[in-house]
Amino acid sequence: MTLIKEFTKGLIKENPVFVMALGLCPTLAVTTSVENAIGMGLAATFVLVSSNIIISLIKNLIPNKIRIPAYIVVIASFVTIVDMVMEAYLPALHKNLGLFIPLIVVNCIILGRAEAFAGKNKLLPSIFDGFGMGFGFTLALIIIGAIRELLGVGELLGFSIMPASYKPMLVAILAPGAFLVMGLLMGLMNLKKKD
Amino acid sequence: MDFLTQIFALAIAAIFVQNFVLARFLGLCPYIGVSKKLDSALGMGMAVIFVMTMASTFTWLIHNYLLVPLNIEFLQTIAFILTIASLVQLVEMVIQKMAPALYKALGVFLPLITTNCAVLGVAILNINEEYSFIFSILNGLFAGLGFTLVLVLMAGIRERLERAELPKSMKGMPIAMIVAGCMALAFLGFSGLKF
Repeated sequence: MTLIKEFTKGLIKENPVFVMALGLCPTLAVTTSVENAIGMGLAATFVLVSSNIIISLIKNLIPNKIRIPAYIVVIASFVTIVDMVMEAYLPALHKNLGLFIPLIVVNCIILGRAEAFAGKNKLLPSIFDGFGMGFGFTLALIIIGAIRELLGVGELLGFSIMPASYKPMLVAILAPGAFLVMGLLMGLMNLKKKD
Repeated sequence: MDFLTQIFALAIAAIFVQNFVLARFLGLCPYIGVSKKLDSALGMGMAVIFVMTMASTFTWLIHNYLLVPLNIEFLQTIAFILTIASLVQLVEMVIQKMAPALYKALGVFLPLITTNCAVLGVAILNINEEYSFIFSILNGLFAGLGFTLVLVLMAGIRERLERAELPKSMKGMPIAMIVAGCMALAFLGFSGLKF
C-alpha cells in the first residue's frame, strides 16, 4: 500500500511543478505543443527513475560530504544516454527540445528527489517515487502544453480542434504566453487548495 | 562587419533580444526565488555574472583543448557540470570570506547557482554556436548582464507588489509569473532588432 502512495503523491498532492514549483525552466520552455511536452516529460522520467535506482543502491558507498557532486555525475550520465538515444531514434523531437535535453541535468526535480528521497530510502520505494514524480511532471507539462497549443494554433497533437473561424492567439505559444498560463494555473491551484 | 560592431550585436542579442530569462527560459528558479528584495537580487546578479563569465571561459577551453582532441565530445554534459560545480564552490568560499553580509543574504541560493540552468545553458550555447574564445567569454558576460537586468527589474516590481491588494490565491508565485509574462511581452518588442 505504501508503495502505491509513493507513486500517487507525485501526481497531484506533491506535484513537482504546480505544488513545489520545481523544474520551471523546461516546463515553460518546451510546452509550446503537447508532443514536445510528452517527449520532455518521458525523457525526464527516464532520468529520474534511473538515477533514483542507482543512487538508492549506492547511497551507503558515497561519503556524505561529496554526495551532491556524486549525484550530479550519476544524473549527467543518464542524461547523456537520453541525449544520444534521442538523437539517433527521434531526431525531430531532439531538435525541438534542443538545449533542454542536456539541461535535464540541472532540473531541480531530479536532484531534489535524489537528495530528499532516493538518498534515504530503499530501492523499491525509490523506483515508485521516481515514476510518480516523473509522471506528475509529465502530467503538468501536458496540461500546460495542451492549453498553449489549443490557444496558440487551435490544435491538439497536430489535429485541429478549434472551428475554422478561430483566430489563433499567437502569443500563447510565444514566451509571454508560457508565463501567463503558468501564473493563472498556479493561482487556480491555490484557489482549489483553500476550500 | 568589423569587430566592434560584432561585439555590439552580440551584446544587444544576449541582453535584450534573446534574453536568457524572458526569451530562452533559462535561470527561472533564481529569477522567481531571489527577486523578493532589491539588494539580494543585485548580489545574486553579480554572482551569476561572475560565474557565467568564468564558466564560459573554462568550458570553452575544456571543450576545445580536452574533449575535442581526445574525441570524447559526448562527455560534454558531465565535464561542463563538474566545471561549473567547482567554480561555484570557489565563488561561495570567496564571498563568504570577503562579504559575510552578502553571503547571509544570498543564503541557500548560492550553491544553487550550480543548478542554475542559465550557467550550463550559456556554456553549451557557446559550443553549439561555435563562438570563438573571445566571443564565448563576452557572451557569458552579456548573458549574465541580461539576467541581472531582468532580475533587478523584477525585484523592483515585486517590492511594490507587496503593498498591492491582491486576491489571496494570486499572492506570491502566481502573480510573479504574471509579472514575468508582462515583462516578456515588453521584451518581445526587441525581437524586431536585426543587425
